[in-house]
Amino acid sequence: MGIIKASKLVHEYIRRDEEGNVESIQTAIDHVDIDVKAGDFIAVLGHNGSGKSTLAKHINALLEPSEGTLWVDGKDTKDPKNTYEIRRAAGMVFQNPDNQIIATVVEEDVGFGPENMGVPCEEIWTRVEESLKSVGMLKYRSHSPNKLSGGQKQRVAIAGVMAMEPKCIVLDEPTAMLDPNGRKEVLRAVHELNRKKGVTVILITHYMEEVVDADYVYVMDKGQVVMQGTPRSIFSQVEKLKEHRLDVPQITLLAHELKKSGLAIADGILTREELLEALEKLYHRKG
Amino acid sequence: MSIILDKVNYVYSTGTAYEIQALKDINLTIEDGQFIGIIGHTGSGKSTLIQHLNGLVKATSGAIYFNGQDIYDEDYNMKELRTKVGLVFQYPEHQLFETTIFDDVCFGPKNQGLNKNEAGLRAFEALKSVGLPEALYYQSPFDLSGGQKRRVAIAGVLAMKPEVLILDEPTAGLDPKGRDEILDLIAKMHKEKNMTIILVSHSMEDVAKYVDRIIVMNDGQVMYDGLPREVFRHYKELEAVGLAAPQVTYLMHELQEKGIPVDMDATTVEEAKNSILKVMQSNS
Amino acid sequence: MLRDITIGQYYPAKSVIHQLDPRVKLMATLIYIISLFSFQGIVGFLLVTAFLILIIRLSKVPFSYMVKGLRAIVILMLITALFNLFLTPGEDVLLQIWKLTITMEGVKNAVFMMVRLVYLIVGTSVMTLTTTPNQLTDGLEKSLMPLRKIHVPVHAIAMMMSIALRFIPILIEETDIIMKAQMARGADFENGNLIKRAKSMVPLLVPLFISAFRRADDLAMAMEARCYVGGEGRTRMKPLSYDKRDYTAYLVLVMFLVLVILARIIL
Repeated sequence: MGIIKASKLVHEYIRRDEEGNVESIQTAIDHVDIDVKAGDFIAVLGHNGSGKSTLAKHINALLEPSEGTLWVDGKDTKDPKNTYEIRRAAGMVFQNPDNQIIATVVEEDVGFGPENMGVPCEEIWTRVEESLKSVGMLKYRSHSPNKLSGGQKQRVAIAGVMAMEPKCIVLDEPTAMLDPNGRKEVLRAVHELNRKKGVTVILITHYMEEVVDADYVYVMDKGQVVMQGTPRSIFSQVEKLKEHRLDVPQITLLAHELKKSGLAIADGILTREELLEALEKLYHRKG
Repeated sequence: MSIILDKVNYVYSTGTAYEIQALKDINLTIEDGQFIGIIGHTGSGKSTLIQHLNGLVKATSGAIYFNGQDIYDEDYNMKELRTKVGLVFQYPEHQLFETTIFDDVCFGPKNQGLNKNEAGLRAFEALKSVGLPEALYYQSPFDLSGGQKRRVAIAGVLAMKPEVLILDEPTAGLDPKGRDEILDLIAKMHKEKNMTIILVSHSMEDVAKYVDRIIVMNDGQVMYDGLPREVFRHYKELEAVGLAAPQVTYLMHELQEKGIPVDMDATTVEEAKNSILKVMQSNS
Repeated sequence: MLRDITIGQYYPAKSVIHQLDPRVKLMATLIYIISLFSFQGIVGFLLVTAFLILIIRLSKVPFSYMVKGLRAIVILMLITALFNLFLTPGEDVLLQIWKLTITMEGVKNAVFMMVRLVYLIVGTSVMTLTTTPNQLTDGLEKSLMPLRKIHVPVHAIAMMMSIALRFIPILIEETDIIMKAQMARGADFENGNLIKRAKSMVPLLVPLFISAFRRADDLAMAMEARCYVGGEGRTRMKPLSYDKRDYTAYLVLVMFLVLVILARIIL
């Protein structure tokens, strides 16, 4: 069993009227099976309302399954006795950077998690330093979060999770509110944590460019996992992605269009370098 | 009919240690019926710039003329300017407040002094033009999806029948489908109503696809101003200030460097495809 | 306008005042406020002024930064001054218009009241400007600990305060944006009579409340995700402990208090 495993996981949002009668049931997650290997970089793709954020909350035991089971680090999220251990094992970063920073000084915010866990004072300091360094924010340690850019705030939030020394970190659309620079900063930081510290990463997003370097991709729509595989195998199915309200990076789309027009180009081109190479080969072979 | 900015400067927190010059000597002419993209990273002054255009922020020095009239004249009707230059803020759905969608859209027209019937007609028209299903008109705006809420908020500005529509990052936080819907809607407004559109964005790819003029802001100044392909020719300079040209621009330049004579001015997937196919065919 | 509020904003600097234990600063603020409202006569006034100037100089916070906070309470100050000016009875009548009389005592009271209010705002803002909200709440929590015996949820109160302080600047900025956005839709927040103006606040307040609730919801979830379960079993990154300079500060405080009391009794 991997570090995160879902078996026929179902989540229903139930809306009740004032008397407590059920008004409507909305199935946000519909029999989802996933299995994440420790140390992997996983991406979960889907449009708004596809159920991907609900899934993220389950991994942090912020929600309880309606049906099915989810194990995080081998622990069933349904058992309230496990909640604390699960939250220590799987840290979570949310979309809005402002709404998850608690303290008014960067380092105090990073220390918040370890404080809650009862980590001794001296160790908190080393953890705070270490995790701020790992996201490149150490020099801002005594700044106010209000004066930071969106990308910097989000990196502080990541440091705050890292200071809890989790095995796995779940990022729920961490770049949706950032500008291109901020997005790059955050992604670079997350990839580095995955590579250098071996932290399992689950990145939830609708930006296709962010998925290119993942080890494995799940695509969600209407609460179900509708596609899964390596980024290359996912991106080679341009038409199917469009059906699920997603689009592909400009370069992949261009390669796809060229192929459709009769050029002999492979499916699932991910980077500019790959397309450049393919076109070059094609040009010189013909010429 | 145009907006002219003449040496506009804007300084924040004058006289304190935090003094920031947000705009430096901006000279611009915005002609009627243009579809303009303003690009710049956070803090480049682009949001400050657009708030000058409808008088929400007053320039520290310099002048702004709307249809030939100086908007800083003492007897200039600022309220009328705000209805003629409609400004849709970032995350506009956060300003919805009425109990029904319809009432919310009526807010603008009512402030213009229209009576209930006229305002209602305007609201109806605006909601129709943003493509919201009629069945939803009398529901609470807070029950809608993110993309729908945003369309209602845009309708709230459209209902005032502005001549110029400015949108600050209208696609922020939307998924690809929602983004395309909003951008297509804006393009439709431009085409059908011949409205002047100013689109503030940090996505070069979105902008390249729709606009016919790009203004690049950097450090409070206009860095480039021209046709998309003219502006993207400076892709190296753009990258140096933290902005990137569309991916295809890079690809086309790299192909050219490798001796493949493609059109380096292509900025959209469509243009790139046509150019590459042409080169490949003439080569065989 | 809204950006002028300085209460609750921290000004980072390395000064003695910044480094003092927050409990000392809380006590100092308490003593300062007591002395502010109990001093009488010019000697007391000079004493309090000297104390305030000393603290401001030591704090290394630019003076202009503190004065900015005053703008927010100008109206309150004027009303208080007017009440004192006209409603203080006395024998030394300076001016009489219709039923309103201005007496020498009234002038004195008005002046002292203004001074007290200005000193109150400036003095308390020294505390908030030199103490991070976290330290402040830590200090408060520790100082109020004895109240836990009578079931006062001290930790919860302290946490609430610290979060409120963190979100004040964010909500102020948000108010500014919503206001501008509604003005772009033709809203008018400045003209009209009182009822009209109160009504015009609806388009501002509804979105602001909705946003505040959304933020609160998000924040609660983020705190839960970071293993927050209340005050039990928490450790501290920056535990409070008294240093030599804190004892010195207490000594200075006691001396100041004694002087103010003496000034009041003797003079």
